[in-house]
Amino acid sequence: MHLRTAFCAVSALALTAGAAVAQATLTIATVNNGDMIRMQGYTDQFTAETGIGVEWVTLEENVLRSRVTTDITTKGGQFDIMTIGMYETPIWGANGWLVPLDDLSAEYDAADILPAMAGGLSHDGTLYAAPFYGESSMVMYRTDLMEKAGLEMPDAPTWEFIREAAAAMTDRDADINGICLRGKAGWGEGGAFITAMSNSFGARWFDMDWNAQFDTEAWANTLNFYKGMMDESGPAGYATNGFNENLSLFNQGKCGMWIDATVAASFVTNPDSSEVADSVGFALAPDNGLGKRSNWLWAWALAVPAGTQQEAEAKQFIEWATSKDYIELVAENEGWANVPPGARTSLYENPEYQKVPFAQMTLDSILSADPNDSTVEESPYVGIQFAAIPEFAGIATQVSQEFSAAYAGQQSVEEALEKAQAITNEAMEAAGYR
Amino acid sequence: MARAVTNQRKAINTAAAWIIGLLIFFPILWTILTSFKSEAQAIADPPIFLFFDWTTENYSTVMERSNYARFLWNSIFIAGGSTILGLIIAVPAAWSMAFVPSRRTKDILLWMLSTKMLPAVGVLYPIYLLFIQFGLLDNVYGLTFVLMLINLPIIVWMLYTYFREIPGEILEAARMDGAGLREEIFFVLTPMALPGIASTLLLNFILAWNEAFWTLNLTAAKAAPLTAFIASYSSPEGLFYAKLSAASTMAIAPILILGWFSQKQLVRGLTFGAVK
Repeated sequence: MHLRTAFCAVSALALTAGAAVAQATLTIATVNNGDMIRMQGYTDQFTAETGIGVEWVTLEENVLRSRVTTDITTKGGQFDIMTIGMYETPIWGANGWLVPLDDLSAEYDAADILPAMAGGLSHDGTLYAAPFYGESSMVMYRTDLMEKAGLEMPDAPTWEFIREAAAAMTDRDADINGICLRGKAGWGEGGAFITAMSNSFGARWFDMDWNAQFDTEAWANTLNFYKGMMDESGPAGYATNGFNENLSLFNQGKCGMWIDATVAASFVTNPDSSEVADSVGFALAPDNGLGKRSNWLWAWALAVPAGTQQEAEAKQFIEWATSKDYIELVAENEGWANVPPGARTSLYENPEYQKVPFAQMTLDSILSADPNDSTVEESPYVGIQFAAIPEFAGIATQVSQEFSAAYAGQQSVEEALEKAQAITNEAMEAAGYR
Repeated sequence: MARAVTNQRKAINTAAAWIIGLLIFFPILWTILTSFKSEAQAIADPPIFLFFDWTTENYSTVMERSNYARFLWNSIFIAGGSTILGLIIAVPAAWSMAFVPSRRTKDILLWMLSTKMLPAVGVLYPIYLLFIQFGLLDNVYGLTFVLMLINLPIIVWMLYTYFREIPGEILEAARMDGAGLREEIFFVLTPMALPGIASTLLLNFILAWNEAFWTLNLTAAKAAPLTAFIASYSSPEGLFYAKLSAASTMAIAPILILGWFSQKQLVRGLTFGAVK
């Protein structure tokens, strides 16, 4: 009797253990951004609904990029889902490193993804990553300081207006800088800003034969304008300021204007973190009347690396995390201002979301960015603040270091452009483009 | 008069030591203070030093978001395991180099140390591919082995210089008294070199604890130590300095406590041999 009881108990335990082992667990690599962290908090709901466990590997953006690149190029198989951006997705998709997301369920409504986002996360018309949130860039400005300066911000300002307004808002005695912009070296920091800005000045990285274009007047105008304006009205040490430094300055009331990622809008209008939350206005990123604005386009998206043993479960998670229902879930618990923006058309049609002060300007900014036609003159690459070729990250990091050195006064703008031209041409020649 | 000068010099030396000590410790102190601030206070300009509303909210958030115990255990296992494994290999190696040197001993020592001059990223892909081949990715044993290999040159060098301080005649006498190789190393050499071995052990434990290239690149969810725990709170798009400081404080606390309690041995060992 005792033996039979013991046997039954062992069998029951073995079955339970077997069931526990059989339950899938996904390993997901992601970045430490507010929306991603929020998603981690809701993962238990996904597990409760599907029985699929989730293990998160959260890393700083640059560490994550290096980590997932190493893993995918060696087929390491460490991750079932990777958080990647618009730069990696088309390149990795073309190399066959990602599972195509062309069989997502009808309820998921893939057609609802904003066309600009779907286009940037596809290769040859096939979606390889589903956008979790998307962003462009726009002008965030202090309405009180603008009024005090006797100016009115148009919805679509020019660079000349921005420079004039920056000078008028600057009050060095009160520690107010007219404008705060990224100057920090790094292709995703100051490099992204100046590349997007250069588009509006008629510059481009490469001509149709992949020759570097830093020896053109358009690039000289871009850099001279940027440096001139920042020297007049920017904060001290702007050459080392990135997103976080400018966010900090703006939130403390030390910037009249800040041109940066649209996701920052929710930070600067949050009274818990911003001292100027109630006096922030928004406008499109400036242009120069050449038909291109200086806003970028970016998405953090979820992709499934080819070779994962849990493809079906990974797709199930992606459908859950990037669905309309997930947006509703966040809105219900944390308010509409905190839902992941910039990914779905239906979000911007929602009357509740339309009440959020920065919603329309974010959408307008995203819609005005076209990665397939980002430059005034024809260019051979896809991308606005980057060129979607594998060599770009390395080249642009070096080029942005030269630019930052010019901002800091360590060399002239002409010297920086000469070096950028040489660095880029040399690298492109070594890579076999020229 | 001479006494007054000596006292004055002593006071100056003490003051200088305190100033240098405080300067070195200040970044750690600032991290600890920031961990008790709100995110808004953490970025306040001018910075707030002591007079702010102290909060433990960042610690609660970090504990809620991350499995600290697992990261801590992995750090202890990897740092402890690699140090002990390294010592097991290094003690006989250093013994033979110190007491039975060959013509090539100096060259071998230099060659071993030269491997530390190679940037780690240069061998990332070969090691990553080997780890895939042997199924060692995201595995504490694999990482322990790699960190042991990385720190082995330093362990051998340190032990070699400590052993060189010990007169060979003592070992000869032990041999004449009938001691075998095992007895000679464990009962004669080891007790005499204990301060050196202890400081080697502590220093390498600290090096392995703080290693942030291999521990980030060869782990994912299961084997990640505290370096990955800190990295998960760093963000270029969002101001989470207070939470990052709380995570950093939690990551360095165990090693700070260990260092505090073992400082006598550490200083004694460091001034006894290798790096004196």
